[in-house]
Amino acid sequence: MTAATTTQTPAGTSGCTAAGLRCKECGDTVPLTAAYACELCFGPLEVVYDDQAVAARATRERIAAGPPNLWRYRDLLPCAPEDPWSGLPTGLTPLIRAPRLGERLGLRDVWVKNETANPTHSFKDRVVSVALQKARELGFEVAACASTGNLAGAVAAHAAAAGMKAFVFVPADLEPGKIVSAGIYGATIIAVDGTYDDVNRLCMELAADRPWAFVNVNVRPYYSEGSKTLAYEVAEQLGWTLPDRCVVPVASGSLYTKIHRGFGDLLGTGLVDAGPVPVMNGAQAAGCSPVAGAWSAGRDFVAPVRPDTIAKSLAIGNPADGVFALDVARATGGAIDAVSEQEIVDGIALLAETTGIFTETAGGVSTAVLAKLAREGRIDPDERVVLYITGDGLKTLDAAAPLVRPHVIEPTVDAFVAAVGA
Amino acid sequence: MSTLTPTAPRQETPSMPVTVRIPSPLRPLTGGASSVACGAGTVREVIDQLEAAHPGFQERIMKDGALRRFVNVFVAGQDVRFAEGIDTVVADGQEVTILPAVAGG
Repeated sequence: MTAATTTQTPAGTSGCTAAGLRCKECGDTVPLTAAYACELCFGPLEVVYDDQAVAARATRERIAAGPPNLWRYRDLLPCAPEDPWSGLPTGLTPLIRAPRLGERLGLRDVWVKNETANPTHSFKDRVVSVALQKARELGFEVAACASTGNLAGAVAAHAAAAGMKAFVFVPADLEPGKIVSAGIYGATIIAVDGTYDDVNRLCMELAADRPWAFVNVNVRPYYSEGSKTLAYEVAEQLGWTLPDRCVVPVASGSLYTKIHRGFGDLLGTGLVDAGPVPVMNGAQAAGCSPVAGAWSAGRDFVAPVRPDTIAKSLAIGNPADGVFALDVARATGGAIDAVSEQEIVDGIALLAETTGIFTETAGGVSTAVLAKLAREGRIDPDERVVLYITGDGLKTLDAAAPLVRPHVIEPTVDAFVAAVGA
Repeated sequence: MSTLTPTAPRQETPSMPVTVRIPSPLRPLTGGASSVACGAGTVREVIDQLEAAHPGFQERIMKDGALRRFVNVFVAGQDVRFAEGIDTVVADGQEVTILPAVAGG
């Protein structure tokens, strides 16, 4: 748009700073293609970068001069649109100081990262922005995903904005609001009679034989990189400092591990001063807590479970990044906790009443885990804590409906006074 | 799309073969086939048959006698970790699906 925002490419490098895909299990490297599992050991592939190119380009000034969306961090991402002002603008969501929430919990420096402010009202807009940008670069014309709901909406919307066809696969018992808010964009919705894990398995089988970009299957290495921007943004919004602690919901474990990776990137590039990586607290619903279960049992593997929780967006019984989430919790002095269904609903109410933010059930899980940590004295009251609220309560109204009871009255002053005593 | 190769009945009564769906990373070992046929048995025995027919198969999905940690195996759509793991029985006519455990979320 302006000269100041034109991409400056150091000599000898061009385009993005990504260098290849590397297996997190055995270290084998492959080119930047639509591959997601290591051909040798089936381990997950992760994007690796040209560290020199990143260090040369990623500066606070260049980021500040970038667009008001996640592409301002394009030098730390595996791809970027030619015009980073184009597309459905995602990211730069508010980071809100939450003194009333802190007061209720006996904490003095609590902040809320409000991801409901994204175009389709969840953090999934970030991962989809990156996944579909890379998908188009790789020549894909069809977008697809296995979804617990929020991802379906994000894929449908970003595909619509980009002129791609979309197929989204969801469990048939998903909240109606999430199905409508994906279908409205023109995506073909496949409601699968099974759990999310069944949907995911089906999508992996379909992805093997179709020239489609399944954002969380064959382009997952790029997709998951989008979550790193949730670390970059929080640091930038805190004046290029890191919080002491983060509370993040855990479904597959990708968001949780990539936020941690993002903080590592900031320390590695010098975008923030040297210091400790934030303590990472993961949050799961007790009704689907394979990672929290492994954590509390001291295991280094994650046994799958059959989900049964109102937190449907976290209902992944077989989490792909579960073992890596355990590693992050261990490395940062954090933990992965689980909370009950009642605590989830109470968490939704607590956040709404103290911050004015209405979260979906996943945010209720995170808020409930923050409350649990505070109650159990596991947080120093002076720590700077960031609570990640990843989705919007309007998509899971059924979960919160029992909390709200209107006074039904005749249209008279007397009836009003009788009902509320005011 | 699939190249199902019927196996000879192992006993006198004819039986339906087990169909094993092959993930993309392993298709070079099966000559590009997306599915192959085996006889019934446990998952371990099915993998032994695959190794005999397609040398190198076993090493790719197993290590130290167990399934590698990023390999998921499903028998008739059910994750074997909800059953007997690698000793889960695969009956005549059932389908075995091998997939990377690194998608979703």
